[in-house]
Amino acid sequence: MNNFQYVRAEGLDGAARFVAGHAGAKFIGGGTNLVDLMKYNVEKPSALVDLNRLSMHDVSELPDGGLRIGASVTNSDVAYHPTVSTHYPLLSRAILAGASAQLRNKATTGGNLLQRTRCVYFYDTATPCNKREPGTGCPAKEGINRTLAILGTSVSCIATHPSDMCVALAALGAVVQVTGPGGSRSIRFEEFHRLPGNHPEIDTTLAADEIITSVDLPKTGFAGHSAYIKVRDRQSYAFALVSVAAGLEVTDGVIAEAGVALGGVAHKPWRNSQLEQELLIGKPANRDTYHEFQRALLVGAQGYGENDFKLKLAPVTVVRALEQAAHEGEQA
Amino acid sequence: MTGQQALGETADLAVTTEMTVNGRSHTLQVEPWTSLLDLLREGLQLTGSKKGCDHGQCGACTVLVNGVRVNSCLCLAVMHDGDEVTTIEGLGSEGNLSPMQQSFVDHDGYQCGYCTPGQICSAVGMLKEGHAKTEADIREQLSGNVCRCGAYPNIVAAVKHVMSMGQTEGGR
Repeated sequence: MNNFQYVRAEGLDGAARFVAGHAGAKFIGGGTNLVDLMKYNVEKPSALVDLNRLSMHDVSELPDGGLRIGASVTNSDVAYHPTVSTHYPLLSRAILAGASAQLRNKATTGGNLLQRTRCVYFYDTATPCNKREPGTGCPAKEGINRTLAILGTSVSCIATHPSDMCVALAALGAVVQVTGPGGSRSIRFEEFHRLPGNHPEIDTTLAADEIITSVDLPKTGFAGHSAYIKVRDRQSYAFALVSVAAGLEVTDGVIAEAGVALGGVAHKPWRNSQLEQELLIGKPANRDTYHEFQRALLVGAQGYGENDFKLKLAPVTVVRALEQAAHEGEQA
Repeated sequence: MTGQQALGETADLAVTTEMTVNGRSHTLQVEPWTSLLDLLREGLQLTGSKKGCDHGQCGACTVLVNGVRVNSCLCLAVMHDGDEVTTIEGLGSEGNLSPMQQSFVDHDGYQCGYCTPGQICSAVGMLKEGHAKTEADIREQLSGNVCRCGAYPNIVAAVKHVMSMGQTEGGR
């Protein structure tokens, strides 16, 4: 790990200004991913600005009936928060499907959004990686890619975003509140993470000197009909090969609202709201509907060898998650 | 590492950090890149917490910070100013074992013993969290602690026994 300066932030403005004014400075929340990457010399910050003393530790209800989760709230505290587990069980399930209890106790809401890919070439500084060192190349396409992307890839990068929590946040239609030297703004979750394109080194639409202050959930939490299915190599404490977060509102057998996102298949949680409007909403809640939807959602999927199995795994996981969500609460 | 002796040219980057460890207060000059695990082991000579992977994957470094279990290898010590840390040494002592320590002895919950301090701190933290109800829950919620000897059945038995007693321990 390189030497760096440590700063305990006492205000949002000061923290953002410090990072804006110091090349290589970064914010730190829980640090469970950042400190790990620093040990591998993948991240080499000149300074770390600790955000944990700021007032971003609360979960509070919003006037519109939604829920605001402060950026510093730990993943555990979100998952077990009574309002979250009651009204947004999809989010609780996704969080508890990820990492270990120790990591969830330390990792923060804001930090979870900003964790980096676990692609082995990104971590191994002895190999090229366009995400770590732009322009050096991507050995993953012909190399170790069992865990990597099948959708939205580019010539430069086939990395996946590793978060479970973010898959649920995408399906729920969360909004990320951020602030920085240029002011505050809201970012729709679908627009927060980006596809690699020609700049795989940039994971999100957040500027380097912007701070996530909260993640806001809409009123609709799919409390009655939701499912998070995570397929992985071992039953606990492993990243997703494919995961699906599915939420439905069903009235008289017809889908009234829907949110479906996939993890483990792309550089960002994979959701297409327009296809949900066209192929799910107003349609009967049955297997034929789900199959038509998954076929459209996964158009263009491409394997790279080791991860070819995801081309078969993703469709069945989407259908199974939608079926499980639709039938949640029914007697077997 | 910590204290005045080893700072050298990086002394200007060291940060004053106050921390209570196993009930004892410390005021330390800490370099920002020192992990909580290294501070405990090399600065305070509390070598019960183990460095297995040093990447948050094995759980051997698990300690309780303000009563909450975390991987001390992924904690920067400077970020724990004002915190209360409990390590395996703070749970009990020779001749006066804590319920979880005694249960690991009684149920033969270890073989080589390297993962044991982390297993015990993690189990104590899990019982404080209060979300585990069944044996399957114990297995799931202790999955961040790896035992390469494979002592899992006896670890689960040890934890289940303490859980059945309905007690919690381990700092605030």
